[in-house]
Amino acid sequence: MTLMTTIQAINAGLHQEMGRDGTVIALGEDIGHEGGVFRATDGLQAKFGKERVIDTPLAEENIIATSIGMAAAGLRPVPEIQFSGFVGVAHNHIVNHCARLYYRSRGKTKMPITIRTPSGGGIRALEHHCECIEATYAHVPGLKVVCPSNPYDAKGLLASAIRGDCTTLFEEPTRLYRSIKAEVPDEEYTVPIGVANVVQQGDKVTLVSWGPQMKQTLDAAEKAKEHGILCEVIDLRTISPLDETDEVVKSVRKTGRLVVVQEAPKSFGVAAEVIARVNERAFDSLQAAPMRVCGWDTQLPLGTNEDFFIPDIKRILTAVQKSAGY
Amino acid sequence: MPETIAFSGHVKHVSVLDEEGNADASLEPTLSQEELVRRYVIMSTTRAFDRKAVSLQRQGRSFTYTPFEGQEAIQVTAARLLDPKDWAFPSYRESAFYLARGAPMSMLFTYLKGHEDGMAIPDKTNDFPLSIPVGSQIAHAPGAAYANKLLKNGKIAIAFFGDGASSQGDFHEALNFSGIYKLPVVFICTNNQYAISTPRMMQTASETIAQRAMGYGIHGVQADGMDPLAMEHVLSEAFDRARKGEGPTLVEAIAYRFGPHSTADDPKKYREDAEADPWRKLDWAVRYRKYLERKGLWNNDVQAKLDAAIVTEVEAAVAKAEEFKDSPSQMFDFVYPQMTAELQRQKAEFSEVYGL
Repeated sequence: MTLMTTIQAINAGLHQEMGRDGTVIALGEDIGHEGGVFRATDGLQAKFGKERVIDTPLAEENIIATSIGMAAAGLRPVPEIQFSGFVGVAHNHIVNHCARLYYRSRGKTKMPITIRTPSGGGIRALEHHCECIEATYAHVPGLKVVCPSNPYDAKGLLASAIRGDCTTLFEEPTRLYRSIKAEVPDEEYTVPIGVANVVQQGDKVTLVSWGPQMKQTLDAAEKAKEHGILCEVIDLRTISPLDETDEVVKSVRKTGRLVVVQEAPKSFGVAAEVIARVNERAFDSLQAAPMRVCGWDTQLPLGTNEDFFIPDIKRILTAVQKSAGY
Repeated sequence: MPETIAFSGHVKHVSVLDEEGNADASLEPTLSQEELVRRYVIMSTTRAFDRKAVSLQRQGRSFTYTPFEGQEAIQVTAARLLDPKDWAFPSYRESAFYLARGAPMSMLFTYLKGHEDGMAIPDKTNDFPLSIPVGSQIAHAPGAAYANKLLKNGKIAIAFFGDGASSQGDFHEALNFSGIYKLPVVFICTNNQYAISTPRMMQTASETIAQRAMGYGIHGVQADGMDPLAMEHVLSEAFDRARKGEGPTLVEAIAYRFGPHSTADDPKKYREDAEADPWRKLDWAVRYRKYLERKGLWNNDVQAKLDAAIVTEVEAAVAKAEEFKDSPSQMFDFVYPQMTAELQRQKAEFSEVYGL
């Protein structure tokens, strides 16, 4: 075990996967010599060479389009899109090709591509550098969307994504890159895609989140405990496929109450999907209207007012108390 | 049948000033003495802004900034040649352009201090807010140029971008569209040698960026982007061509990005400091100043007065930006021209939660 930050765990995961499988390649802007703008790919080019760690021209659409050809012809590309706002530049290829080639080729062509991109606010970055884009891509059949909240899950989920057979959008919460440290096994391990993690057992309110919002969610759960409300806290870890082992449904059957915390704007988001599934599958158990604490339906404000957008402990705690006292 | 040449072409390079500030007589533009001095003053002011913006970020008084030092001649010359109502589509590295177009310096600092209000464009110009997704703004310019042509308003459109952006599809699509419709648009590529860490030669195997114009049937020219007179020569020609309905031009302006890509970037990771030395000799602050001195338009006394005036101007702008306050609830106000019912509910909830 080694104490690692999230970025170190991602870096270790990339080293591990490239070391165990010669068909895994990394490509993107500034990822080789520079080691990536956040240093996620640091040391990869020195170790695996310029042929497997490619500094691309500045063209996100081309990074993904090239990955498609590479994947079809037997490689496992791990493209990096430097910031989440620029994933949209490659939207056409992700949605119209990555997601559909398996279907259109009647199962012949698999698209084992892991699109890594930083996500979420809280680092006072520029516009287009801090958006949470999971809902956009989770809505597309054929894609998988993963968003770890800690170093252990980051390394394990990255390994699963790279070894998988379809395109995965791998969102890395930027503000957790260096702000948290955890013990990470040095040896190989995987965290399965599609399996949510019950982080804290509880009986009063089911509190669900993922990725960048897990820290505030756990802190709010701690505060709730002081108020006598024991939350069951669930980290989704994977957005699509969502909670394949029904951890949220099982939990709501126990607690009867649900609060979902999401950093992205409220409307048409992942929280709405979690709530809809609970309504479909555990409606009879509900003792309170399911609630969501989300970013507002606005652009993420520039640095000075960013913290007024991102759900904070106060807003989460208020919702938990409201749910408990419903 | 014998082979024939279906196409051949060449790209002109324009440089007017030598390192000693001597102008090539055949290329020297005919600008008034007042305008020659004015440009030096504006470029000096923008450079002071640039250095202050970096320094404020280093002190934790403002957020990420993308410095333009080395590129002032391109941006300031373009601004001086535009009519107020011409359309400009700058990238995030064009703060000097905005300043030269008359945007208050305090507004640019306000933006860098994390307030959207600093991004507002003064009514007197038609400039777009700076574009951050690399190269995307290039493709907006032909649309504005098409509208100008259709509306017969005599206005032109210009787009700024870098060598890195020339790899984006938007660059090629924009040149292609504008060529077909012979649009009044000028594409200004600042080839500053780097896209973050990626050197120009890793961006494209093409020997020049200017020659890419030929593939789209438009005019292309390369110029010394650190030479204000070379920029005057090629940009006035390109703008005139656009105004006369003679079609688009791609201008490749060669410069050096003296600073990092942004304040979050550390160039020591990918280049040697000494690499900048030969470029410093080409800097307008050296060459153009010598040119003005040779013409008797500049001397140390005037320089000292200018330096003092600029310090006052920059400090006043910073002070004004630091006084700026907004309500965080303004984030709800510009999402739609008419606020939706759901947003009204959310804004009310916001006020309840934060008391703002």
